[in-house]
Amino acid sequence: MMWPAAKALMVRDLLLLWRRRGDALQPALFALLVVVLFALALGGEAQALAKVASAVLWLAMLLAGLLSLDTLFRGDAEDGSLEQWMLAPVPLSWLVLVRTFMHWATTALPLLVATPFLGELLHLPHDQLPVLLAALALGTPLLSLLGAVVAALTVGMRRSGILVALLALPLYVPVLVFGAGSVSAAAQGLDPIGALLLLAAGLVVALVLAPLAAAAAIRIALS
Amino acid sequence: MPEHPSTAPPLLAARGLSFARNEAPVFGPLDFAVDAGEALLVQGDNGAGKTTLLRVLAGLLQADAGEIDIDGRPAKISLRSRAIAYLGHLPALKADLGALENLNFLCGLHGRRRGQTPVSALGIVGLAGYEDTLARQLSAGQKKRLSLARLWLAPAPLWLLDEPYANLDLDGINLVNRMVQAHLRSGGAALLTTHGAYAAPPVRTRMLTLGRPA
Repeated sequence: MMWPAAKALMVRDLLLLWRRRGDALQPALFALLVVVLFALALGGEAQALAKVASAVLWLAMLLAGLLSLDTLFRGDAEDGSLEQWMLAPVPLSWLVLVRTFMHWATTALPLLVATPFLGELLHLPHDQLPVLLAALALGTPLLSLLGAVVAALTVGMRRSGILVALLALPLYVPVLVFGAGSVSAAAQGLDPIGALLLLAAGLVVALVLAPLAAAAAIRIALS
Repeated sequence: MPEHPSTAPPLLAARGLSFARNEAPVFGPLDFAVDAGEALLVQGDNGAGKTTLLRVLAGLLQADAGEIDIDGRPAKISLRSRAIAYLGHLPALKADLGALENLNFLCGLHGRRRGQTPVSALGIVGLAGYEDTLARQLSAGQKKRLSLARLWLAPAPLWLLDEPYANLDLDGINLVNRMVQAHLRSGGAALLTTHGAYAAPPVRTRMLTLGRPA
């Protein structure tokens, strides 16, 4: 029962994404915009850019994720889909996990694939790229899971844009610190593995706890 | 239950069920039971708590007091989700998906009644030929019919129908009655809320009238 439901939800999300492909491009375009504007603002000077490249890429990913956070459950709450999720014979937390995974796969994953090219735009030193990719691969799903809890908490409110940002900020800061920290450690010739392991540990904890917390928040928000 | 001497426990039973919102009582305490093959017509004026009662029974809201039994066992979430299909005010349809795509998703979520397919269900509710029409292009009545198709496909024995006749034409009202009749004949039960203006399905029916609590 768990897998057919997950598959049905994935198919539905991909179909919806395709029907609204213009909207779906928005996070990716936003991240591209941030990166390009940074490159222009810093004057295209290779040395200055190389120093901040990894931080800019992290910020672009984080902000793009934050931008699309509000759409995670809002549409499903407004048309009553969430009610049916709650009544389905599969755990709500499982559906939340699948939905969050799809959200990550459609907003963060394309950016992750584009990171080498965006890095080139910012003169990212090539030896930093593997660490940056590893940190992003661990950090962006963690951001999505934390974001899912925040989005679930605010799903019952009419307008929650500013609240989502305020609630997500303190949760996002440690991820950003360790994520960007691992890359700058590598740049200084230090071992980045400690920060990466902390991100991985955070991801494992969030994979277990975040769907449960988000599901509980949805039940409260819709009652 | 004088006319029904079977010893099987009722499909749904509530004892002393009550619900209050911000300390203001909405309904209850209520006692009622519905056997398999029976319909319970929940009547009451606007604001009498019909929708709230159905949401409590479905498990979307937590009752303040009282017990709910399904098939003689306390209604835990896992039991409810298998036993109950809920048709609420919100259609749970994605506007950008076609009728068939919507049904396919909801079937994947809730499971499917043996021997029924989404295509056959669309035929039953009179939406044959609308398989690929986006839900946003359907009229309110057609959306209701699509929700009824979802209900028809659900494998749950207990239907909770909140205003099932709303938005429907005469033919649609007959459709609801026929569906309820067929469902009851196959051993299911149904709770219907209505404010009394519509013809009830021609089945064994109990009544529950909600009034505003004093």
